[in-house]
Amino acid sequence: MSQIKLDQLAHSYYPDPATAEDFALKKMDYLWDDGGAYALLGPSGCGKTTLLNIISGLLVPSRGRILFDGEDVTAKSPEERNIAQVFQFPVIYDTMTVAQNLEFPLANRGVDRSEIRKRVDEMLDTLELSAKAGRRAQGLTADEKQKISLGRGLVRYDVNAILFDEPLTVIDPHMKWQLRTKLKELHQRFSHTMIYVTHDQTEALTFADKVVVMYEGEVVQIGTPEELFERPDHTFVGYFIGSPGMNILPCVVNGNNAVVAGHSIPLDTVYQPPRGARVELGVRPEFVRFAHAAENGVPVSIESIDNVGRHRIAKVRLAGNPMNVIVPEGEMLSSTDHQIVFDAQRCGIYVNDHRLDAAFAGQGKRYDY
Amino acid sequence: MTTKTVNQKAWFLVLPVLLIVALNAIIPLMTVVNYSVQDTFSPGVFFFEGTKWYKEVLSSPRFHGALGRQFLFTAIILAIEIPLGVLVALAMPRKGPWVSVCLVLMALPLLIPWNVVGAMWNIFALPDIGLLGYGLNWLGFDYNYTQQPVSAWMTVVLMDVWHWTSLVVLLAYAGLSSIPDAYYQAAKIDGASAFAVFRYIQLPKMKRVLIIALLLRFMDSFMVYTEPFVLTGGGPGNSTTFLSIDLVKAAIGEFNLGIAAAMSILYFLMTLLVCWVFYTAMMRGEDS
Amino acid sequence: MLELINVGKRVGRDDHMTDVSLQFERGSLNVLLGPTLAGKTTLMRLMAGLDKPTSGDIRMDGQSVLGLSVRNRNVAMVYQQFINDPGLTVYENIASPMRIAKVNRTELDKKVRQAARLLKLEPYFDRTPLQLSGGQQQRTAIARALVKSAELVLLDEPLANLDYKLREELRVELPRIFAETGAILVYATTEPQEALLLGGRTATLHEGRVTQFDDTIEIYNRPDDLRTAQTFSDPPFNLASVSLQAKQINFNNTSLGQITDNVSELPDGAYTAAVRPHHLSLQRTDQHTVELAAIVGTSEITGSETFIHVDVSGNKWVVLTHGVHRVEAGESIAIFLNPDSLYLFDAGDSLLRVPSYVTDGR
Repeated sequence: MSQIKLDQLAHSYYPDPATAEDFALKKMDYLWDDGGAYALLGPSGCGKTTLLNIISGLLVPSRGRILFDGEDVTAKSPEERNIAQVFQFPVIYDTMTVAQNLEFPLANRGVDRSEIRKRVDEMLDTLELSAKAGRRAQGLTADEKQKISLGRGLVRYDVNAILFDEPLTVIDPHMKWQLRTKLKELHQRFSHTMIYVTHDQTEALTFADKVVVMYEGEVVQIGTPEELFERPDHTFVGYFIGSPGMNILPCVVNGNNAVVAGHSIPLDTVYQPPRGARVELGVRPEFVRFAHAAENGVPVSIESIDNVGRHRIAKVRLAGNPMNVIVPEGEMLSSTDHQIVFDAQRCGIYVNDHRLDAAFAGQGKRYDY
Repeated sequence: MTTKTVNQKAWFLVLPVLLIVALNAIIPLMTVVNYSVQDTFSPGVFFFEGTKWYKEVLSSPRFHGALGRQFLFTAIILAIEIPLGVLVALAMPRKGPWVSVCLVLMALPLLIPWNVVGAMWNIFALPDIGLLGYGLNWLGFDYNYTQQPVSAWMTVVLMDVWHWTSLVVLLAYAGLSSIPDAYYQAAKIDGASAFAVFRYIQLPKMKRVLIIALLLRFMDSFMVYTEPFVLTGGGPGNSTTFLSIDLVKAAIGEFNLGIAAAMSILYFLMTLLVCWVFYTAMMRGEDS
Repeated sequence: MLELINVGKRVGRDDHMTDVSLQFERGSLNVLLGPTLAGKTTLMRLMAGLDKPTSGDIRMDGQSVLGLSVRNRNVAMVYQQFINDPGLTVYENIASPMRIAKVNRTELDKKVRQAARLLKLEPYFDRTPLQLSGGQQQRTAIARALVKSAELVLLDEPLANLDYKLREELRVELPRIFAETGAILVYATTEPQEALLLGGRTATLHEGRVTQFDDTIEIYNRPDDLRTAQTFSDPPFNLASVSLQAKQINFNNTSLGQITDNVSELPDGAYTAAVRPHHLSLQRTDQHTVELAAIVGTSEITGSETFIHVDVSGNKWVVLTHGVHRVEAGESIAIFLNPDSLYLFDAGDSLLRVPSYVTDGR
């Protein structure tokens, strides 16, 4: 188990990267806690797999270093780093039995027989595979195979980190949730540092203590699931997390008011966006509601209402801008004159896609595009 | 849920193949069967002889000798070509520009007509002027394949290995190429040695193609004719007279059509039997 | 109108489809909802004419189509896997059904461009499918189905292999795109949520039988029986065996209160109560008055919602709450139930009572 430090890390697949676009992974500097469960979340091509391969040692970064517990492992091979990895497609040794598969990494490291026996039995029990210990691994289902892949990492008590590369891709939907639960349970029990790559928000948010959201080669936010939902640092996070995603409305900020097409929307504090920048108001569909009869809101036109059972999603337009509004079950909508009200506490101001208070605070990091 | 459609029309599509197989395999085979149970003294005059030729062939020391040599030859070349082919395939680069170069080099011996292979080695191994023959003698080995059975065997085996190992290499390489990178990465992470990687990943994944390689090489070597015929003509003495050479001698040299036909049928049945035994043995446990 | 009349499909000794009767109007959107192996694909293959039913009839506008081969049926199908010709460009892939039908060149070009515009594929005309993302590949397959101007369009879990964000977008677009063609759209899915988002009408399938066929939201609100209710609930309905005694609903010695509406007409006895996960609450409110003790199993966070799996006196239940909640496994918590939100099913699993919040729904 160890703490992982990414020190000025960047990677390009080109030999002589010139522009920022040449970098599959733009410069990053992070410290990940020992025993933490991290998820790297983002759409395909965002650089999450590149980052995982750098951590596992399959790829040497073009810039910067990677440290495990302060030790520079940048040039070390995967086996020297003492990590375990679970791949997208289950990797098992076909000709071995389930138990032999789990013994393999220990036998290779010269652990003595009785110790191997003990650990393998315990792991078979943990993974609920005891009944199949003597079976050839070849005939198992995909989720069982994936459990074996994981088990081969877990039997080595001393691994620095366990890495997962979209491990549920080939798993049946109804088994996904069980395997996810198992992973979570194993993390709580063994407290290994775990890093989990996925493009699925449910997998990421359920599994991780900290979710690292990546977009176009950059980390746009590292946060707890709560933070990503409540305070997205970047419009992409707002869009990517949550269904439907966050509403983004072009606006002008006037003190503690956001003005969208002439309509004033009160905010919880005063913002001062820089001149000339692209300024937008971001608010989740959950934090907008239709106004009560006597209330003053912003007028919208309703395009359609989808009833998804537990609530309805109203697709509306605010002066031409499309928005989603969640309508709770049982709430009646008047047939005419629709107005909406924004929850001032949950509105964010985004400048060139970055949340205003976040963009200019903290590490003094500036984003200019 | 997918359900297979039951449709009898599909059989019509197989019909052309059946016709071709009938024309080029079944009909000639039946002709041979016909010969093997008859005797003839002049064209067009046949007598039914029953199993006489079969009894004669099976009790003849000459046939036993040829059969023994045949099995020995096949066993030797399989024991060399399969492991060697796998080793070469393992040593070949998996990626990059050298892949195609290697593949072309490997395919070269396979592209040479068989009688040319025989002729090449015939000259190559000549003790007075051939590079190999002269070289060995110069190094102090007493080597002369036209006179010493051991030299002749060595040359025939060497020639077959040179000619056919490539086939095993190409098949094994195809098997290796189908293994996803993740397997190698996982093995590294599990701390597997190079041998363990071979034993638990590469060999199981190559199993199917190796079975095919083994069968092909068995059948081909069991029926080997052209190259040893051109190289040694079955000599010196009868030392490299394999089954097929013996068969041709009987049929064309001595015009013993009945004997030759009976040999052919026995030969065919043996090949079939051995292939079947091989295949079932190696496929056992594959799907259990 | 496409009619399936008592359609059955037997393979060997297995009944893959039993007594299915459905009617699909022109221009309608129909969802086949059921778990894997419920018979969705089998049913679609029968409708397409890829397989023949072993009993019953399939009629298009009153005429039996059983004698027609697939080619003569004017059907388009999109599969879960992205099926395109890897050797052809996107343009040619879309054009291919019209090339086969020998449509003239100006007409073909017009239709390809129109379909490509609807599916946002215009920039990729010259690429081959392998140079496209999964979403673009599936759009190409959909565009091909679109230009065919088929009377019947069968979509077999077309979005299952896509990222969820792409799924969200395409799910909205698909019905809209096909609505204009007037085709009968049949869409198979395993996800109740997807059926709800699509709307239209839904047939719920279970083990080769249609358990209910009605407006989507109507089935969601008033499932005929427990089986349908479970098929149409994700996460699953929370079930409890309850007894009714003197108009009181009792669950493991806890009174779930007295329900005043139509329950009062039910005789005393054993029933199955069901409550949707989002009708349980972690806080006591005006409605959520009945407190139950629960032990937390695990929780799943989907972004805007959290699923908390709990054990309530031996029953596996799920509580769905808005926003993100972290609850530790093994923790004892109190959950609150609104007695009015209970569905009741009788011993034969038929629906007896719907919660009062279920209004007409339409």
